[in-house]
Amino acid sequence: MKIKSTEIVDTFAEAFKMYGSRIIITAETKEWAMAAAQSITGFATSVIGCKCEAGIETEISANASPDLRPGVSVLLFAMDSESLGKRLMERIGQCVMTCPSTACYNGIDQGNEITVGGQLRYFGDGFQISKKIAEKKLWRIPVMDGEFLVDDIFKTKEAVGGGNILILGKDQNTTLKAAKSAVKAMREIPNIILPFPNGVVRSGSKVGSKYKALIASTNDAYCPTLSSIVEKTEISKGINSVLEIVIDGLTLNAVEEAMYIGINASIKPGIKKISAGNYGGGLGQYQIQLHKLLERNN
Amino acid sequence: MALNLKLHTQPEVPLEADCICPDKLQSLENNEISSLILFHGNRQVQLGEFFDCNGTFDGEIVIDGDLSNVKHIGATMSFGKITVEGNVGLHAGAAMRGGEITIEGSSSGWLGPEMIGGRITVKGDAGHMTGSGYRGSEIGMQGGEIIVHGNVKNETGHAMRRGLIVVGGNSGDFTGVNMHAGTIIILGQMGMRTGAGMKRGSIISFNQAALLPTFSRNCEYHPSFIKFYFKYLEEIGFKIDPSHLNSTFERWSGDSIELNRGEILLLMSKK
Repeated sequence: MKIKSTEIVDTFAEAFKMYGSRIIITAETKEWAMAAAQSITGFATSVIGCKCEAGIETEISANASPDLRPGVSVLLFAMDSESLGKRLMERIGQCVMTCPSTACYNGIDQGNEITVGGQLRYFGDGFQISKKIAEKKLWRIPVMDGEFLVDDIFKTKEAVGGGNILILGKDQNTTLKAAKSAVKAMREIPNIILPFPNGVVRSGSKVGSKYKALIASTNDAYCPTLSSIVEKTEISKGINSVLEIVIDGLTLNAVEEAMYIGINASIKPGIKKISAGNYGGGLGQYQIQLHKLLERNN
Repeated sequence: MALNLKLHTQPEVPLEADCICPDKLQSLENNEISSLILFHGNRQVQLGEFFDCNGTFDGEIVIDGDLSNVKHIGATMSFGKITVEGNVGLHAGAAMRGGEITIEGSSSGWLGPEMIGGRITVKGDAGHMTGSGYRGSEIGMQGGEIIVHGNVKNETGHAMRRGLIVVGGNSGDFTGVNMHAGTIIILGQMGMRTGAGMKRGSIISFNQAALLPTFSRNCEYHPSFIKFYFKYLEEIGFKIDPSHLNSTFERWSGDSIELNRGEILLLMSKK
């Protein structure tokens, strides 16, 4: 399949079942809410090395936020609900509670319940106060600028991680521009995040390594510098740079929609191919076929 | 369809009507309901001697008439809805566990004493001891909500342990006296000796108040949690001045003759 001068490779993105959670961070100003959001989503690009994947979903206006202050919505993903609960505790405790003027709320209606505020409250050393308003239970933890307000319970739900597209371009500059354009378009989609820096990853990985201690290593088939020396390469003539955009979403539909939008936004002169990363279909629970995705939406 | 009870004869002395409760009326036919026993003073009477009974009980009871002399309506109820079209007498919703009582008029004293759950809404005023514990009880209200759109008298939320009391008007003296926990919000003025003997809990007022010397002033700040109450109050029919949203509250701790972990938040000014 070709769209304009870009070939869409007949392959699929192999995505995985993960568990996701939405965290709403509010603060006195948008800047402080964003500071906490950037902190909580730091070092969270890949579960392989960071134990979770996280990103900023969207900004929330004061009118639409739980406590009528400016906010930011963050999504956090891990491979199981228990692990996600631990990450929520660590990150809300270390990155949100520490940030001036912030409050932190659960943003998922239905799902497994994880006690977060109910554990963080012990930081209050007995001075913490709980408040139940309608069905919502909040903890007020005294801190040096007033109170840190946090939901007692956060919820996690089954989600989809590892949706992806690969952009193969004629040079680094062209590929970067295409990736940037794709990221901009994809970030408009709700319920997803792009966990890598600026939404883009250059160090795509394959399963395994020649070194026994490593469970993943560089995806040599897509490394232009190795195109003539590896057993199997995806780098054809005229391709000198490859970038990947990884998508985690609260639903499969959201991941597919983001991939579709991303593919279309990254088709530009100089982009030779759009592909997707997979492990032969043996690992992930979801296979998102690029051709079917495009045909279904066109 | 709701069960309609209409008071056709005013009781000369208080009528104890704790049988007017969804738990006690479910599965009864109207003639059985009319035969239920009430106490008129110290004399046993049938419900039908004072009330006309129409409609079918489907979980809701609508009572028409001035029930100022009818006590214990909805006492211990656990589900359903009671709507009183006029005033209601003492002990309405006593030890209530669930469901909803709406009083279109005003309530006498002892509204929702030792309540455990559910919601009582009074469109008018309420008397003394709203949401309180009975004399001799160490613990008063343990859950649920009492929403009074008008004024309340003394000892609102006495020994309260959990739950929410909202008063749209003024409260009398000793609001939150001996309070263990829970939240009392007074949109109007509070009387004297607010929070006397309170251990924990929150009393929030939209006005300044003279507090006991056993309360100590902590700070002025913008408590985020109050915005959830603002939103909730608007949902249940109160009009909140939008300028209050970003107002500063003065926080006082007390009562120092007890645990000193209670708080009184007094609205100060616009941010």
